[in-house]
Amino acid sequence: MKQQSLWEFVVEQHEKLFSQILEHLGLTFLSLFLAILVGVPLGILIARNRKLANPVLGIAGILQTVPSIALLGFMIPAFGIGATPAIVALLIYALLPIIRNTYTGITGVNPLLIESATALGMNKRQLLFNIQLPLAMPVIMAGIRTAAVINVGVATLASFVAAGGLGEFIFGGISLNNTNMILAGAIPAALLAILLDQCIALLQKSGYASLRYLKLGIPILLAIVAVIYVWPSASKSDLKFGFTPEFMGRQDGDLGLRSVYGIQIKPKVVSDAIMYKAASEGELDVISGYSTDGRIQVFDLLVLEDDKNIFPPYYAAPIIKTKTLAKFPGLKDALDLLAGKISDSLMRDLNYKTDFQNLTPEKVAKDFLTENGLLKEKRNGNAGTIRIGSKIFGEQYILVAIYKMLIEGNTDYQVETKTGLGGTKICFDALANDAIDLYPEYTGTGLLVLLNPSQETIRKVSQHPDKTYDYVNAAFKKQYGIEWLQPIGFNNAYALMMRQKQAASLGIRSISDLKDYLDKAN
Amino acid sequence: MIQVESLTKRYNGKTAVDSISFQANEQEILVLLGTSGCGKTTTLKMINRLIEPDSGTILIDGKSIREQQAEQLRMGIGFVMQHSGLFPHYTIRQNIAVVPKLLKWSPKQTEQRTQELLEKLHLSEDVLNRYPQELSGGQQQRVGIARALIANTPVLLMDEPFGALDTITKADIHAEFKSLQELKNKTVVLVTHDVQEAFELGHRIALMDNGKIIQIGTREEIIYRPKNSFVSEFFAENRLLLEYKLTSISALMPYLHESGNFLNQSNLSESDSTWHALQKLSTDKTHALDYERLSQAFGEYRKSQIR
Repeated sequence: MKQQSLWEFVVEQHEKLFSQILEHLGLTFLSLFLAILVGVPLGILIARNRKLANPVLGIAGILQTVPSIALLGFMIPAFGIGATPAIVALLIYALLPIIRNTYTGITGVNPLLIESATALGMNKRQLLFNIQLPLAMPVIMAGIRTAAVINVGVATLASFVAAGGLGEFIFGGISLNNTNMILAGAIPAALLAILLDQCIALLQKSGYASLRYLKLGIPILLAIVAVIYVWPSASKSDLKFGFTPEFMGRQDGDLGLRSVYGIQIKPKVVSDAIMYKAASEGELDVISGYSTDGRIQVFDLLVLEDDKNIFPPYYAAPIIKTKTLAKFPGLKDALDLLAGKISDSLMRDLNYKTDFQNLTPEKVAKDFLTENGLLKEKRNGNAGTIRIGSKIFGEQYILVAIYKMLIEGNTDYQVETKTGLGGTKICFDALANDAIDLYPEYTGTGLLVLLNPSQETIRKVSQHPDKTYDYVNAAFKKQYGIEWLQPIGFNNAYALMMRQKQAASLGIRSISDLKDYLDKAN
Repeated sequence: MIQVESLTKRYNGKTAVDSISFQANEQEILVLLGTSGCGKTTTLKMINRLIEPDSGTILIDGKSIREQQAEQLRMGIGFVMQHSGLFPHYTIRQNIAVVPKLLKWSPKQTEQRTQELLEKLHLSEDVLNRYPQELSGGQQQRVGIARALIANTPVLLMDEPFGALDTITKADIHAEFKSLQELKNKTVVLVTHDVQEAFELGHRIALMDNGKIIQIGTREEIIYRPKNSFVSEFFAENRLLLEYKLTSISALMPYLHESGNFLNQSNLSESDSTWHALQKLSTDKTHALDYERLSQAFGEYRKSQIR
């Protein structure tokens, strides 16, 4: 199959790209505008009352050091999901440079000029607006410039909380192993940063007087931003959909829902990490999830029946290069000890323990092995080091911990773990380039994301779990020299899910029911 | 008229201005003279409340300066600083118009007054659209003076106004400044550490040291009747020059036994200083005799002054 070029992707997805750029700009501008509204007066205040300077700058500095994803996480309990938490988080990031530069700019004005203006009879207000602010303006603008560039970058993370923006393409692309999609998000984001930086630089050069025109510009800008945020929410259905970026771009995801079930919706793009909670709190009604997720039980969600079979089987199995197996004799036997040992419900239970009882993956792994009589004393051998990778979610952490104990208990190899690799693409590339030796993968992902064969093949092999396994194993051996070892037992397929209560009251049990409900509602 | 009564200002326990009292009259330039750190600038800045005194009172035309808002007070007092204090982001036109803008004058009135001052201060009209840093030091200082004069306030305070200028520019501006009609009805207080400038511009001089006024009086009183050795020593270095400059030819008339007609011949007038006349006469050999006579007359005049 011919590879799609970046240009073809952009042309095909131009509507989406355009709306993402608009959203990105909207997030950046609105947060920047609010940050200026908060930061400049704060800067002025601490320039007048120097005692406050250290505490205020200190707090803004601490906020700045909170990792952006964590900050977005903190926002959800307070602001839910969508544009609001993203804008608040971006505002917090933009504050420090703006406050600091306002303070530095104002305190840096030549005191002789202040005395001169005072002697002429200016009051504090006139002094501020006629002398201090204009003279501090280049420094303040430099701060705004820094804040703008930071915001364009951090706004890519807004897609984690369903606020849209170019992060949808970037993180979707990473999950989907789609370089074009990553670039279609990353290149515009970089260009936006450069463009914004240069625009503000221009403003900076043209001086204080030109700020008058901003009085005109700001209402227009706000109007545009308002339209961007009101418009997509004017969707017809009263059910709120939230899908992960990965689900959005997959044949067995949103695309399948459209083509097979005929469900036409405008879902919010949201990160897996917050989706379940948002669903349980009613921020979202229908979400895409994984059937083994521990949170299904916790949040009392119902997995909708896939009555038209668009979600192919996702049996988990470790994948490893054939030559690596040859290099480490006995490794295969150790890994196969886990084959068929974990069922769907057992996996859901293990996930629940890490996700909600806050047990470490190591503790959960150890308990599991002990119960099944598989735990052996660590041999502390030094026959070589096996590097195991994992994707960035709990289940994979547990599997990696189990494999580590199995290998170190049954062979003389040491294990080094590389957990939390961003997504399928990052994991697979790491394996293909020998940065890791193995990681647990899912048959459905191998089929749809990594191999991406024709529609017909997909339909044929996805009818039965064994067929899928045989197909991916054969294809991987041929194309990459990588083998699929025996499946672990559980099927972590994609699933649509809703709150039990809501599903019952609407009479929805399967995806077809959902489709009927949506048709009636419109 | 400014009346200062037992004014005191301390900084961290150190007394900068020590209970001083003096009066500056209308139509007079009063010079506060002294070395740096003597308290002269602090005294000046207390008059327009840039610095608030610890104790003492200041009356302007009989009214305490504390009776009105500081901003209102300052708008009624012209102020000239050492480094012009012009705003770098304002054109010269805007700089001059700062106070009219605060006073909400009409643009027409402002423009008219600006033109008037440009002419009086020998500034060309094309400086108006330029920025301060594009002007020479002398021009900047003239603009600074125009800005202080524009509202035609009865009081003008000047803090080392010509301190940053080179000697030649300074001499030019001194001459112009003295002949400014604008100043004739004002009460001017000028701070300087330059003895020659003090004698050039001041009608009366207050010599300060260590926060106190040592002697206040006319130039003649200061030079010929020093109150103590500090005063006479302060001027020792410049003494003769100052005396020559201080004495006009008219004062020497009684001692010029043969008054002759050198005044007409050498283009001098009775109001010129002896210094000026001697310089002029010394350049021309034909006036050697006049030079000698004038010197002699000055010697006799001086004897009568010192007593």
